[in-house]
Amino acid sequence: MSRFLFLRARRHAGRWHWTDVAAYAYLALGVVLMFGPVAWLVLSSYKTQASLIEFPPSLLPVAQQETAVQGFAQPLPLFSATMDDGSHRVLAQARRIGLIAHMVDPGDPKQQVRVPVNKLAPVRRVALATENYTEPLQRFAFARYLSNSVFVTLVATLITLVINSMAAYALSIYEFRGKTTAMLMVIGTLMIPITIILVPAYLVIAKLGLVNSLWAVILPGAATPTGVFLLRQYMLTLPRDLVEAARMDKASEWQIYWRIVMPLATPALAVLAIFSIMWRWNEFLWPLAVLTKTESFTLQIGLNAFQGELQTQWNYLLAMTVVSLFPVAMVFVVLQRFIATGIANTGMK
Amino acid sequence: MTNASSEEQSTVVGSALHLPVLGRLGGTVLDIVVGGLARLVDVPMRTLQRLIGERRMAYVFLLPNFAFFSLFVFAPLVINVVFSVTGGEALFLSDRPYVGAGQYRYLFDCGSYLDPASCREDHFWRGVANTLRFTAFQLVAMVAFSLTTAVVLNMRIRARGFFRAVYFFPVLLSPVVVALVWKWILQRDGLLNAGLTTLGGHKILYFVDPGWAMFWSVFVSVWAHMGFYTLILLAGLQAIPADLYEAAQMDATPRWRVFRRITLPLLWPSLVVVIVLALIRGVQTFDEVFVLTGGGPGTSTLMIVQYIYETAFASQVQNFGLAAAASVALGVVLFVLTLLQLAATRRRSAS
Repeated sequence: MSRFLFLRARRHAGRWHWTDVAAYAYLALGVVLMFGPVAWLVLSSYKTQASLIEFPPSLLPVAQQETAVQGFAQPLPLFSATMDDGSHRVLAQARRIGLIAHMVDPGDPKQQVRVPVNKLAPVRRVALATENYTEPLQRFAFARYLSNSVFVTLVATLITLVINSMAAYALSIYEFRGKTTAMLMVIGTLMIPITIILVPAYLVIAKLGLVNSLWAVILPGAATPTGVFLLRQYMLTLPRDLVEAARMDKASEWQIYWRIVMPLATPALAVLAIFSIMWRWNEFLWPLAVLTKTESFTLQIGLNAFQGELQTQWNYLLAMTVVSLFPVAMVFVVLQRFIATGIANTGMK
Repeated sequence: MTNASSEEQSTVVGSALHLPVLGRLGGTVLDIVVGGLARLVDVPMRTLQRLIGERRMAYVFLLPNFAFFSLFVFAPLVINVVFSVTGGEALFLSDRPYVGAGQYRYLFDCGSYLDPASCREDHFWRGVANTLRFTAFQLVAMVAFSLTTAVVLNMRIRARGFFRAVYFFPVLLSPVVVALVWKWILQRDGLLNAGLTTLGGHKILYFVDPGWAMFWSVFVSVWAHMGFYTLILLAGLQAIPADLYEAAQMDATPRWRVFRRITLPLLWPSLVVVIVLALIRGVQTFDEVFVLTGGGPGTSTLMIVQYIYETAFASQVQNFGLAAAASVALGVVLFVLTLLQLAATRRRSAS
């Protein structure tokens, strides 16, 4: 209920100003425009192929009801027929000859009625075509794409966290020659998008013999300047005394990094992990360039390839799109506030 | 892999990162997965430390990250320039003949730069023209909508968190999902045409008409990313001192004038950041539009990045040299824009 209390909100308990009305109208439109398309996608993903190509499309996933009738091998489709006297009867269609349908009463199969086709309306109910989800995972390589995507995302995020935090540790705890140069190099890489080094990065991957390997997707993006920055800024806020005390106790530098600084930096690591997961799960251009064999496709590339085929099987495509949306939706629901603040403050995405 | 402004990172940590549950969970998982490995690493690291001394360990910690940077960013940057002055179809540099400025000359060989058809590499110039058009439209729409949304969300609105989330959530979707959602809605027998026909209109073939294809490319891009820009502007709006508004209210200043005289000037630095980021994004546009229209109909939504990708990877003759030359040209543009961004962010943090 409380969510709808805003409908009665007043500015300073006074009257509605027209700008308030306009604001809420704008926001309401925004909800429809922003959530609507994705809701429509999810609804459509549960439709059968027949109802997907229907025009105009139905809002909910519906399917024509069928019933088994004695004396017929196949289940018969149910229709609501308008009789001559204006009454309605639910009948099953046995066969159709031209514009006349031969109908039977499902309760009493011997009773046959002939009804003109234009007096019939299909009986439909909400039905979820869950085979849209199960079939592409079995018949097509989508299960493979899915596991590839999960592998890439998890491994890449782990590598990113480890090597970025190591660099951040070096850049925040130590004073050493070349520190400024190192910082400048990190800042420099911040500005280089993959789009302008596409060809030579591919050459490097080819030289390493990694074309069509998932490592070709994982490795190039592992060292992120944004990650180094984020972690370094956080580590700078940690008290230096801790490090000094640990050195007194003869802890090795690696132990200080691993046992003291890393646990203290978990909040920053968590944010970087979320961003890394999002980046990797959604990545498109680079995997598109280095993965050409179906068995190495990630989910995003698989979806794109599937929709490019001559006859798109939209029912499968929509269902698999929803699958690829799912982890992101979960992250959004649970962590939206933190991501939003993170982006607002860092300008990174 | 991301273009981001780097300042103010320390505030993230203060405000966004109190995730006790997640932190603990992440910590436990990390501890189990990498904990064992770390203990294994400790012995050689300790030996190394004894050899080179405590302070030089900094280089050891920097090494993995910089190895990746060098291999996948710095080296490619240099190789890209080398690539762009060689010809032939081979991938490996040793097999490629030197052609000097040949690729660039070929790329820039135009009767008139205003008419892509008069160029030898007409797809590149169509890409340039489309990207410019796309960037211009996208910039205007992006600023208009994200500014409106930010201003509305900054009003005394109930359920503000909810509405903010609404505008923000497409930012998290992958470009492929974004494009497929809209492709599904805009197809011939899609939702939008159903609405049109019930209102008595005719079906429109959005991906057959070049004008519509460009319109929807811009629309979808704005739809997907405006939440990001809204957030930046919202942060800017919330930094404006409230007493300025209170003073204006005491003087019974009309709202429009308050907006023009207080909000807009004080928001200007954030707005500049948004404009420059939207410019950079626009120039780099590829994935959403590629999945949505495939660059079509014809070449009417073909962007520079798609040209580079197709020239290097998707065409019959893999013309790496030409693609590299095009990406060097793109890189120059992005470099200039990035300098602009740096100047803009510096001024913002200074003010």
